[in-house]
Order: sequence, then C-alpha cells, then structure tokens
Amino acid sequence: MSMSFAAQVNSVMAALILLTSFGLLVQRRILGLIHLFAWQGLFLCISTAIVGYITGMHHLFISSLMTLSFKVILLPYILYILVRKLDIRRESETLVNIPRTMMIGIALVIFSYHLTAPVTQLSTMVTKSTLAVALATVMLGLLMMVTRRHAVTQIIGFLAMENGLFFAATSATYGMPMVVELGVALDLLIAAFIFGIFFFHISTTFDSLDVEQMAKLKEED
Amino acid sequence: MILLFLLCISLFFAIVLAFVGDWKYAPEINILGSGATFVAGVALAVQVYLQGPMTVGNKFFFVDAFNVYLAVLTSFVSMTTAIFSRKYMRVEREHGRVGHWKMRFYHAMYQLFIFAMLLALLTNNFGVLWISMELATLSTVLLVSLYRTPTAIEAAWKYFILCGVGIAQALFGTVLLYFAAERVLGVGGEALLWTNLSQVSSQLEPTVLRLAFVFLMVGYGTKVGLVPLHNWLPDAHSEGPTPISAVLSGLLLNVALYALVRCKVLVDGSTGTHMAGNMLMGFGLLSVLVAAFSLLRQKDIKRMFSYSSIENMGIATFAFGIGGQIATFGALLHMLVHSLTKSAIFFTVGHASQMHGTQDMDRIRGLIKGNPVVGWSFILGIVALVGMPPFGMFASEFLILTATIKDAPLLTPFLLLGLGVAFAAIFRKVQPMVTGLVPSWQTPLRAAHVPVILHMALVLLLGLYMPRFLSDWFHTAVGLLK
Repeated sequence: MSMSFAAQVNSVMAALILLTSFGLLVQRRILGLIHLFAWQGLFLCISTAIVGYITGMHHLFISSLMTLSFKVILLPYILYILVRKLDIRRESETLVNIPRTMMIGIALVIFSYHLTAPVTQLSTMVTKSTLAVALATVMLGLLMMVTRRHAVTQIIGFLAMENGLFFAATSATYGMPMVVELGVALDLLIAAFIFGIFFFHISTTFDSLDVEQMAKLKEED
Repeated sequence: MILLFLLCISLFFAIVLAFVGDWKYAPEINILGSGATFVAGVALAVQVYLQGPMTVGNKFFFVDAFNVYLAVLTSFVSMTTAIFSRKYMRVEREHGRVGHWKMRFYHAMYQLFIFAMLLALLTNNFGVLWISMELATLSTVLLVSLYRTPTAIEAAWKYFILCGVGIAQALFGTVLLYFAAERVLGVGGEALLWTNLSQVSSQLEPTVLRLAFVFLMVGYGTKVGLVPLHNWLPDAHSEGPTPISAVLSGLLLNVALYALVRCKVLVDGSTGTHMAGNMLMGFGLLSVLVAAFSLLRQKDIKRMFSYSSIENMGIATFAFGIGGQIATFGALLHMLVHSLTKSAIFFTVGHASQMHGTQDMDRIRGLIKGNPVVGWSFILGIVALVGMPPFGMFASEFLILTATIKDAPLLTPFLLLGLGVAFAAIFRKVQPMVTGLVPSWQTPLRAAHVPVILHMALVLLLGLYMPRFLSDWFHTAVGLLK
C-alpha cells in the first residue's frame, strides 16, 4: 500500500466519521444511536491504524486496539445492556427540529475549517486536512448534547466528543504520548461506570431518563 | 522521594477505606490518612524551600514555589475537613441519610479526590494535568449525589455533563499545545513537560497557542466556575454533603485556576502579547459582577456561599490576568486565604444546617444563642470573607485593588461595585441568622470546633503578619509567573 493511497484511505475514514456525526445528530432511536456510535469508533480505529502505518509510530497500533476494544465493543455493549435493562425504545422530541439542527451542524463544520486553517497551514503531516473534521466532530457532539434531552443521548454525544478529541490527537500530532492516552482511556472507563450508575439513579428517582424534568435547581425570583 | 510518598499515602488510604470505610473508626483512619499527607506535604515544602525547585521520577513530577504552596494548602484543608467530617457524618448517619455502603464509598472517594488534586498540582505533564483534573471531577460526582434526593441527582448530573463537556475543550487545547510543542521539542512525552515548555515558550508558534488558549480557557475556566461557564457550580457545591462542599469550594477551584495560570504563562510567553492575561481579566471581572448580583437572590445558605466562591475565584483570576508583581502576589494570597476562610465557613454552615434541619436561610435563626462557638465563628468567618480588616482577605483584596488602580484604572469602579454588592448581600442575609432568639425547631449539636478555629486563626494571622517563608515563596512564584 503506497503512502498517498493510505493517506487517501485516511481521508475517506475522516469523511465517514463526519458522516456518522451527522447521523448521530438526526437519529432518534436509541439503539440506532448506539450502532452509529460503534461505527464511528470503528472508523476511528481504522484511521488510527492507517496513521500508524504511514508514520511508523507503533504506539498508534496500541491506541487503535484500545479504540477497538473500548469504543467499538465495550462501551456500546454497556450502553446496549443498560438500554435493555431500563427498557428504553425511543426518545422524546428534540428541542430544535431536525432540519434546523442539520443547518447548525453544517455551519459548525464550516466554522471548524475556518478555525483550524492557520494550524493546518503550519503542519507538514499527510493527515493535516483531517484536523478540521476532528474539531467538527467535537462541535457536533456538543451540539447533540445541547439539543437532546435524554440522558442516554447526552452520554452518546459526550462519547462522540471524546472520539473527536482522539481523532484530533492522531491527525494533528500522530497521537499523544502513551501515558496521556492511557490516562484518558482510564478516565473514560470510570466515566462509563459513573453514567451507568446515574442511569439507574435517574430512572428510579424520576421514573424516566428524560432530563427535562430535572429543572428544580434554579434561581428563584 | 517525599513527593512520591506524598502521592502514595492518599492512594493507599483510598484503597484501605474502600474496604473498611463503614467501620466504627473509619473517620479516624480518614483523619490519619489526611494528616500523614499533610506531614509529607510540609516535609516536601521544607525541602523545596531549602533546595529550590526540582524534578522527580524521570521528570514526571515537578515542584516549585507555586505548586508546593498549593499542595501544602490542599493537604492541610483536607486534613481539617476530615476532622470536621468525623462529627458531621456521624450526625448524618444517625439521621439515617447515609448507610454502610455510602460511608465506605464516601471515605474512599474522599481520599481518591485528594490524590487527584495532588497529582494535578505536582505533575510536570500537561496531559497528566488534564487527566487528574478529570479524575478529580469523576471522584466527586457521585459524592454530590450521595443523598439520592431528586435535587442532588440533578446537581450531580449537571456537574458530570457540564464539567465533562468543558474539560473536553481543555483536552483539545492540550492537543494543540502538543502540536505546537513537538515542532520545537520533538515527538514523544518530553514535549508536554512544563519544565521543557517554559524554557522554549518564546519559540512556540503564536497562532497555534492563541487558538489553544481559547480552548484551555473554556475548559479549565468551566472548572474554576468562571461566568458564563459557572452553571453547574452552585448546584454541585450545595447539594452534596458539607465536607465535600468545603473541599470543592476551597480546594478544587484553586487547582483548576492553577492549571489555567500555568497555561497563561506559556501562551503569553509565546505570543509576546497580553492576550491571555486580558482574557483572564475579562472573565474574572464578569464573574465578580455576576456572582455578586446573584448573591442578592439566594435563599439556600450553601448556594449563597457557592456564589461567593465564584466571586472570589473571579477576583483571583482577574488579578492573575493583570499580572505584575503586586497583582500576582495578591492573587496567590487571595487563593490561600479564600480557601481557608471558605472551608471554615462551610464547616459552620454545615453545623448550622444540621441544627435546624434545613439549608433554608429563612429558617436558620439565633445561632449565637443556640451555640455560641458556631455562631461567633460563623460571624467572624463572614467578616473575613467580605474583606474586612484585620483578616487576610483584606490584605489580598487591598493588594489587588492597588494593582488595578495602577494598571487598569478604568476597571476599578467595576471591581469595587462587585466587592461592595457582595458585602451588602452577604451581610444582609447573615445578620438575622446569627442574632435573635433560638427558634423552636433548633436542636443542640456537638460541633467540631477545632478545624474552624484553626482556620480562622490562620486567616487572622495572615492579615496581621506574613511569615518570612511564605513571602519568599510568593516572591519566587511571582517571578515564575512573569
């Protein structure tokens, strides 16, 4: 596999990651969201392996394997089990309607390209063009967390943001130092444990996972 | 050596308490652990004072005057909070609000939280700094929801989500920082080390660092509780058990501000401008003003003091933003005295709300008659908090105000307005709580007096006399942060 071909495959993966981000933005069924999230993880894992191959940085293969085991297998599995246990089918309406969310999403992607332009100009790496996609993934995850009112959806948005950050690390810098990557993975694992507990607490206390009803704490006039 | 020992103690006690945390003497073990950490912290500080800054463990850890004083402060307040928590949690247990499992969880997470904060302060690596900040958040999320009431769960969920989102931005900023650094320092773990970065900060690419700082500012700024990223803070600090409120307000905010200031030094060193400083000034002043006016509307006592924490962190952030000798000195002192005062106030507030069975300020009355020590230490704490002489807060706020008049005279009225409104708001609410007759619903309580008196004595001392070693430290730290 030649270098330029590998770089092109990487760009395809970046495009697919962005596509799954938009998919997450419009998907209303929880199970569909979990599937999309797993796909995004898989594309991320392939992309990391390709960058590792191009640059000869072997620690990226370990990162890639970690992505595969955490974000493609473990986290979607945990989410799936939780959704089954708590018997969630379909989430309630989104706050902003879907076409409008898509338009905001597109604006965010353009904004990300604009924001990262000075950085990519400085970079000499073959993967530099994907940094904007990484930032866009982070922003779209953020948008998803803002426009949705379901605890599970918000968590998937959060994890999608984490994917974007990981993608930024591989596309801008060929991966963070190993100790940092391991630490981030550990934090993610603890976070997964915590949101699992939270789902149970919220659903037993409020009878559903709609976070809209958690609005008691605010300033009184 | 001492440094590794310092970190291992709290981690070790976290594991031990995970198994015996509901035992009769678990609070004493908790105190022992925090006390040992404090002793190790003091030993480390003495070493740094005598030998100067150093790196430990293959450059993985780094101590200088700036972080060692925060490490000692962190271990000290965590020790006194552990002493307070012994009596406080016993009452909570008698009232049936926490059971066996929760006690175990509470004690283990308390020590883990201290470990995370110390790791954040002492690490040399910006990546590890991020990881430990996130760990500090994660270890306290389930403590905020310890009582499992609907409001506590809501507060913890907000804390988890908003801080998670915020801190994710800081990771993106760290990635950009690494991107700029590896072009100068080469690929590998070395490029994220503070000791290396601070030496080459002028060679780092300014355009990248400017962008990185925006993300770092949003990320760590969320954790400092700067307006408009502060929404989670009053909820998280008021719904959990009071010892946790004390360490969240008194310590975690300081650690987050520490991270932000380290980033600011790098960015201003690279760009050669005052861009990062200006951003800190803007966010800081906005926080002071918004928090001061929000103080007026509070009904819940812990919530009010959470807003006061936002206000005080705003003052310190603003002062770091001004930069220069006087302002930075004032900011360092302010972090120290605010931490001591605020945790002391939370101790008394915890007892006051236990005596009345509520956190509603309208139902807390007659504290001085009911329990003179709690009442008087509460009112002294308030006098210190609003910046009255002879307490330490007056000294730090005076220094900051002087620096503002000198370097940013146009902002002085806004800062004074914020301080004045906060003063009026807090005093108006506190005065009826401490004076007057004892209401029928008040119950007597065996309070933990030692931590409060210790803190207030230190704050008073710092207002009257600054020990030589402390001013030496601060001067060295000021030099580092130029």
